[in-house]
Amino acid sequence: MKKGHILGLGVIAIAILIIVTSIGDASSYENFATAKAMALNGNDNPIHVVGGLKKDGSGSVVGLEVSEDKTSFTFLMLDSEGQEQQVYYNEPVPADFARAEQVVVIGSYRNEELFVADKILMKCPSKYQETDLQSASL
Amino acid sequence: MINTFVGNLGHFMVILAFVSSLVTAYSYYRYSVASPLDKPSWQRFSRIAFYIHAIASVSIAVALFNIIYNFRFEYFYAFSHSSRSLPIHYMVSSFWEGQEGAFILWIFWNVVLGLILIHTNKSWEGPVMVVFALVQAFLVSMILGVVIGDLKIGSSPFILLRDVSNAPIFQINPDFVPEDGTGLNPLLQNIWMVIHPPTLFLGYASTLVPFAFLMAGLWTRRYHEWIRPALPWAIFSAMVLGMGIIMGAYWAYVTLNFGGYWNWDPVENAVYVPWLILVAAIHTMITFKRSSTALKTSIVLVIASFVLVLYATFLVRSGVLGDSSVHSFTDLGLSGQLLIYMFFFLLVAVWLVARSWKHIPTSTREASVYSREFWIFVGATTLGLMAFQVILPTSIPVYNAIIEMFGGVSNMAPPADQVEFYTKFQLWFAVALALLTAIGQFFWWNKINKKELKEALVTPYIISLVVSAIIITLGKVYDISYIVVVLAGAFTIVANATILIRILRRSSFKLAGGSLAHMGLGLILIGVMFSSGYSDVISINMSGLTYKKDWEDELNKENVLLWINKPLQMKGYDVIYRGRYKKVRGVSEYVKADKLASTDQVNEAIALEDIVVGDRLYYAKGDTVRVVLEENSYFKVEYYQDQKHQFTLYPMSQPNPTMGLISSPDSKNFLSQDLYTHVSAINDYEEPEWKEDQIFEASPGSDFFMNDFVTRFEGGEVLDELEGFSLQEGDVAVQANLVVLDNDVEINLKPVFLIRDNRVGRIPDVNHDLGVKVEIENIVPEENKFVFKVNTYQKDYIVMKAMVKPHINVLWAGTLLMLFGFCVAIYRRYDEFVKMRDKGLE
Repeated sequence: MKKGHILGLGVIAIAILIIVTSIGDASSYENFATAKAMALNGNDNPIHVVGGLKKDGSGSVVGLEVSEDKTSFTFLMLDSEGQEQQVYYNEPVPADFARAEQVVVIGSYRNEELFVADKILMKCPSKYQETDLQSASL
Repeated sequence: MINTFVGNLGHFMVILAFVSSLVTAYSYYRYSVASPLDKPSWQRFSRIAFYIHAIASVSIAVALFNIIYNFRFEYFYAFSHSSRSLPIHYMVSSFWEGQEGAFILWIFWNVVLGLILIHTNKSWEGPVMVVFALVQAFLVSMILGVVIGDLKIGSSPFILLRDVSNAPIFQINPDFVPEDGTGLNPLLQNIWMVIHPPTLFLGYASTLVPFAFLMAGLWTRRYHEWIRPALPWAIFSAMVLGMGIIMGAYWAYVTLNFGGYWNWDPVENAVYVPWLILVAAIHTMITFKRSSTALKTSIVLVIASFVLVLYATFLVRSGVLGDSSVHSFTDLGLSGQLLIYMFFFLLVAVWLVARSWKHIPTSTREASVYSREFWIFVGATTLGLMAFQVILPTSIPVYNAIIEMFGGVSNMAPPADQVEFYTKFQLWFAVALALLTAIGQFFWWNKINKKELKEALVTPYIISLVVSAIIITLGKVYDISYIVVVLAGAFTIVANATILIRILRRSSFKLAGGSLAHMGLGLILIGVMFSSGYSDVISINMSGLTYKKDWEDELNKENVLLWINKPLQMKGYDVIYRGRYKKVRGVSEYVKADKLASTDQVNEAIALEDIVVGDRLYYAKGDTVRVVLEENSYFKVEYYQDQKHQFTLYPMSQPNPTMGLISSPDSKNFLSQDLYTHVSAINDYEEPEWKEDQIFEASPGSDFFMNDFVTRFEGGEVLDELEGFSLQEGDVAVQANLVVLDNDVEINLKPVFLIRDNRVGRIPDVNHDLGVKVEIENIVPEENKFVFKVNTYQKDYIVMKAMVKPHINVLWAGTLLMLFGFCVAIYRRYDEFVKMRDKGLE
């Protein structure tokens, strides 16, 4: 076998490895029901959930609780199916969080009641560019 | 008054630029195929066409800048990207904040490059400029802003606000011009954002040059001659693109809050990938020049680098990244146009390559393991794999979009922890590269055999082991994978330094580019390893007083809450937050925010006290001062070690009406590390919600507690004059002198009680830092007592994060060395090209 062939095979092997890992490490978009099912099956890979904050009739956010030292908070989120879930985030409340039209939480269930977000992406309304995205991740 | 002239002029220039680029393309095509007799006249005509295109392109930029510079807010572009408070250098940033401005910048650079090429090349001018002019036509079409039926071509930067906005004011008054624009994104108000985009776009633009030479070569059947003129440009492009990437990384490090210089964000990946491919292309092109191998690889890589730049543009600007990136642009409806642009050049390139494939010379000789070519080829392959590993997951949103286009459903999301995901591959690829450069460089002069190679490598090998041992011991690197990184980095530095010394001794410095750049790579590896691998969050509350819930124990709290003036023990330092400050023009230090009262004028304030730094009086009380970007507050944080003040940092934050809290870190730079501090949350400061009244009675000399502060009532005094108020005959003004003790500071509060004709006036004193407002409710002379009414709210605080980044300077030094190496290489290759051209062997 020529060196070129060995090299070629090596490249193909690494490329396959890359593809397999990319698929394996890719996260997925879920809702809270499927995310919980995953967690119960022992799959604790972080997943993405898209949804909005829970609001009362007058449009103000309910269920936002900031910890005493202001370094973490929990909030109530409704996923696209309308299921409500308490989410914990171990960072201070991002400014404008209450105004977010849409939030994407990336994380997993810690126990059956609580979803822990490692990262939160928010979509905030702005005057003209309505798709402005902000990362609240650090 | 609406000034429509400048916009119409700009729009006309866009159309002129578009038409002239098409004319240039056609006439250069005719020039390229014309008989020698007709050539001069076609050449003259083509050049004039391109000059017209150049003038039109520059005029577009001038017109747009005029709109921004003169605050013509009747134009959407100025309104949405600029404001009156911006200093001139940030107006430049406003110019390219929007996509249209970015395209104009790109067009501008292509014009500059085109003019240079016309005047440095002889036989290449025609075919190369055909490619150039076609690219320009596509780019200009992005800002054409022409609507034919339902088809919208390009997004013009010269549209008026009234044509975009549905605001009812325009129905009442079509000539309405807003007072002020919405301003520049505060994150872009940074000096690096003034120079980073032009550099990056010059990098983008210059990838066109090697591609154009390649296309010209394939078209005119000069299958390998294109390499010589293309090579210096390819190196130039890689250098500039690399510089742009590094500036972006540095900007992110000093301005953004994510705590690093590289986040593997899709937008960052989108420029990193073409750069890797371009670097691979340079290496195979060099190989070809020396040994006539790897021509086909070079061709594929040059095409790939150009197309990947277009793909990057598509990713960033089409909106396809959607919610997976922090800084993708809004969709201007250009995705279709961008795709056509990309596929046009991809297909033309593939067609030209396919047509010429069997004519392209290949070497049938198998490269020996003891040859430079072999190692360079392995290196280029590694670079290619690195690029593949990054672009594959970065494109996940594209796969989703394609699946959805065909009616499918895909819920694939990018990796949740991008940094970890990419690092686990890229780090080891980079280690492999470092080793390859170390070995590869020893085949510099010619082929050497196994024995010679061993001999040549033995000394650098031993030296690098010693160097690594020192780094590992001093830097306390005990992680096995990090030790491997140090070894690889040290080996490439030492091996390339050996080569460098040999080059300097035997031949000229201009051959040293490669070894310098490779030494830079070694430094970058070591710098990245230390600054990222050993980055340490020190904002951990060590006071023992924490508020954790039970189950939170395993989570690290990486932020600390700092109450004003109250010391807090963190890892390695005690810190005290001292309040909000502003930057005032001309004053050498930040000025405490409560010394300034804002006015109606943008960026102007009245000094409430004398502003003194050291012995120098900058402004007297009552003076008008110029504030630098008044929305920005700087939060003074003092760092102590062993009770001694070490340094003070001023991380910035601004509550932005459209973007929320915008924060920028502040770092203390030591030679061996950076201490990086940023604000993650702040108190609502401006419009406090005062709690209910509290009433205190105190006689002079007594103490009472106000919002938990010990307050001493020193006594009252009758005032002869009252500031901002003219006292009349018979008025009585009494001031109470209160001293509030907050940890180590004393704050004086002086509420005033005023009596005029049996009426009472109360002038409260407010301190925002402490969150108190105090008023003299009444004076009871019989009992020698004052009655105070006190309202309180949250005292001032910040939530902050701090981390140590060790040896980050090694990283920056490495990047500079690498760029310098590129520059040396550019000089050498360009010199070669000029010499050959002048011999007529272009």
